[in-house]
Amino acid sequence: MAQADAVPTRTNTPADSPPDQLPQQLEEGRGPSSADNVLEVTDLRKYFPILRGFFRRQVGEVKAVDEVSFHVARGETLALVGESGCGKTTTGRCVMRAIEPSGGSVLFRKRDGEEIEITTLTKPDLRSVQQHMGMIFQDPFSSLNPRLTVLEIIGEPFVTRKLISGRRELEEKVAELLRSVRLDPTYMRRYPHAFSGGQRQRIAIARALALDPDFVVADEPVSALDVSVQAQILSLLKELQSELHLTYLFITHNLSVVEYLSDRVSVMYVGQIVELGRTDSIFRQPRHPYTEALLSAVPVVETGKAGLRRERIILEGDVADPSNVPAGCTFHPRCPYVQDICREEEPQLVDLTGANGSQPHYVRCHFAEELELQGVRNSPQ
Amino acid sequence: MTQSPLLLSVDNLATHFFSQEGILEAVDGVSFDIHAGEALGIAGESGCGKSVTAQSILRIVPSNGKIVMGEISLFQNGESIDLVQLDDRGQEIRQIRGGEIAMVFQEPMAAFSMVYTIGNQITEVIRLHQDCSQSEARDRAIEMLRRVGMPQPEQTIDAYPFALSGGMRQRAMIAMALSCHPALLIADEPTTAVDVTIQAQVLELMKDLQRDMGMALIVITHDLAVISELCDRVMIMYLGKDVESAPADVIFRDPKHPYTVGLLRSVPELGEGHSQELDPITGSVPSPYRRPTGCPFHPRCPEFIPDVCDVHLPPQIELAGGHRVRCHLYVQD
Ligand SMILES: Nc1ncnc2c1ncn2[C@@H]1O[C@H](COP(=O)(O)OP(=O)(O)OP(=O)(O)O)[C@@H](O)[C@H]1O
Ligand SMILES: Nc1ncnc2c1ncn2[C@@H]1O[C@H](COP(=O)(O)OP(=O)(O)O)[C@@H](O)[C@H]1O
Ligand code: SF4
Ligand code: SF4
Ligand SMILES: [Mg+2]
Ligand SMILES: [Mg+2]
Repeated sequence: MAQADAVPTRTNTPADSPPDQLPQQLEEGRGPSSADNVLEVTDLRKYFPILRGFFRRQVGEVKAVDEVSFHVARGETLALVGESGCGKTTTGRCVMRAIEPSGGSVLFRKRDGEEIEITTLTKPDLRSVQQHMGMIFQDPFSSLNPRLTVLEIIGEPFVTRKLISGRRELEEKVAELLRSVRLDPTYMRRYPHAFSGGQRQRIAIARALALDPDFVVADEPVSALDVSVQAQILSLLKELQSELHLTYLFITHNLSVVEYLSDRVSVMYVGQIVELGRTDSIFRQPRHPYTEALLSAVPVVETGKAGLRRERIILEGDVADPSNVPAGCTFHPRCPYVQDICREEEPQLVDLTGANGSQPHYVRCHFAEELELQGVRNSPQ
Repeated sequence: MTQSPLLLSVDNLATHFFSQEGILEAVDGVSFDIHAGEALGIAGESGCGKSVTAQSILRIVPSNGKIVMGEISLFQNGESIDLVQLDDRGQEIRQIRGGEIAMVFQEPMAAFSMVYTIGNQITEVIRLHQDCSQSEARDRAIEMLRRVGMPQPEQTIDAYPFALSGGMRQRAMIAMALSCHPALLIADEPTTAVDVTIQAQVLELMKDLQRDMGMALIVITHDLAVISELCDRVMIMYLGKDVESAPADVIFRDPKHPYTVGLLRSVPELGEGHSQELDPITGSVPSPYRRPTGCPFHPRCPEFIPDVCDVHLPPQIELAGGHRVRCHLYVQD
């Protein structure tokens, strides 16, 4: 088992500060000043119980998210990336409190500067805060209620929160939202089945943006779409971000999408952040062997001669099972650089700022500073 | 380089589905050749007829569909058989399926029954095609599992499919497909459902196996990068038509068809940074029941020529270097 709770003192990492310390202080030295942060997540945990047998006795727990800390600055895109089951979706849902976190803090800062601790809100207060957060899901086919018209789907948040009462006013608002996602407003009387996957995802985006959110969580929003439609939705999300000053927490397993959309990236492995920093510098020079392997695994279109195909790092085995986490570094059974210490001692998330330029760059590896890892090369001319 | 012998030749294949809504021309006049040991990639968006092309070759088109035109010639020992002429439930095609030509699917769960161990299922395939005892078949199955990199094959052979992880299931399925040393393996979206790291394992495995066993490969995918990693030739499909086909290095360097160009510009490319501009194809693939007149791509095409593209179906043009394209912008060399 990981010895997470046995380690008494740690340095340099926000996750490790005593709980009574204010998040603002933790954020110091982490780039943008805290007043610019829409979200500050500190030491977030979600443990799911493993239940067995007739009496549903708890026989263990899945550490789906374990000691995850990050912030998202206003107007930026933070990507969460990693293999399936590494805890991306669970992190996103805990942040919105769509599921209850097991521990940690999620501080949300509204545009007017008001700070709200999400994890301790009462249900009614939570609902009123959630209108400042939008959510877009992977599957545009199951995320829209097939029995409602587009008008009802997009208008629903206004109606249930009694923000708009008049029919005309509602229609005008929905028409405006449809136009913003480049859909014809006359579509509002149709039902979801009459739309293609890409159009449905636009409708889902319009609904997520309905209440003018400060912050949008997008969980694999293009994975279920055709490539041409993926590109349309990605460009749309990018345009909307600059038009509406949106802040995104963007969950994906696709590294090309991470590079295209995100300012910073957080690489997750079995419930933990293993590397966090500016996307361009991490992609150019990763400091964690898992990030290196992920980047190297991405197939690329080879426009040069066939002979130029690159050597790649092939990771052995599968993602570790979060209900049975390897001791020491959780990545050690697959790591090509593993040493004895990795099997015993859990590495901490350490800030390499200074070692790697002026931007904060967190890495969880015993050899982060020594290893010379391969990043993304520009495709050969 | 000398050309290896022709293995499979698909000529003007059309497979249609018949329903109350009308006739759906899922595959509509597709032609390609595969030589022994060669890898062909078939790409295109959802619903463009890639899987139905594969189903037609194996004669497993669902019962509401029918091959209405064309020939699929399989060459073995200097003889050729037209697979289209075979009875789709007869002995001959059953020997070819899993024997001469094997297939792996996107979702490995679909290939296995949940109530038998993977060992049972692989040995059954082996015994269907090869004359050998139960214990010989089991030894071969273990050997095959080892070959695809399954950890502890002697134990894993007795595992049930649901007990394996995604990557291991993918390997078991490939082991089953390869257990009779097929001359051609058809892989329909073999890595779409798995993570990049597992995808890299599977692609590497397929490359190795193809090289070591001299097997030909058809890879069906919407991911052009996967094709670029694996394939010698590429065929791009749109609404049942083979709109462009060429050697892989040619098509990625010099795509001719506006649809191919659009597909290539639609994917953000790793290494191109935050500021790269995507230039996605507008709109989406139309309903196959409402196939546009003339060139099927014309409503989305940036090069659209009025009164030509929406009226006349572009013929297939043969350019230099084995490059074929169906588009009015090109004329025969
Ligand atoms: N059993 C069936 N009955 C009716 N129509 C079908 C059937 N199978 C496929 N089709 C139709 O045939 C066309 C081609 O389908 P096909 O499965 O070959 O697409 P594809 O290129 O493999 O797409 P994808 O990338 O989504 O797998 C589609 O319009 C599809 O809806
Ligand atoms: N409701 C749940 N009950 C039990 N385990 C869960 C539940 N939701 C997620 N998990 C587990 O938590 C881990 C992280 O899941 P998830 O956040 O969905 O990963 P990702 O989105 O990165 O693919 C996985 O091992 C998953 O099986
Ligand atoms: S701590 Fe050791 S096993 Fe873990 S990533 Fe670093 S080198 Fe690899
Ligand atoms: S034939 Fe016309 S519409 Fe079709 S791809 Fe060529 S230029 Fe475009
Ligand atoms: Mg997920
Ligand atoms: Mg298919």
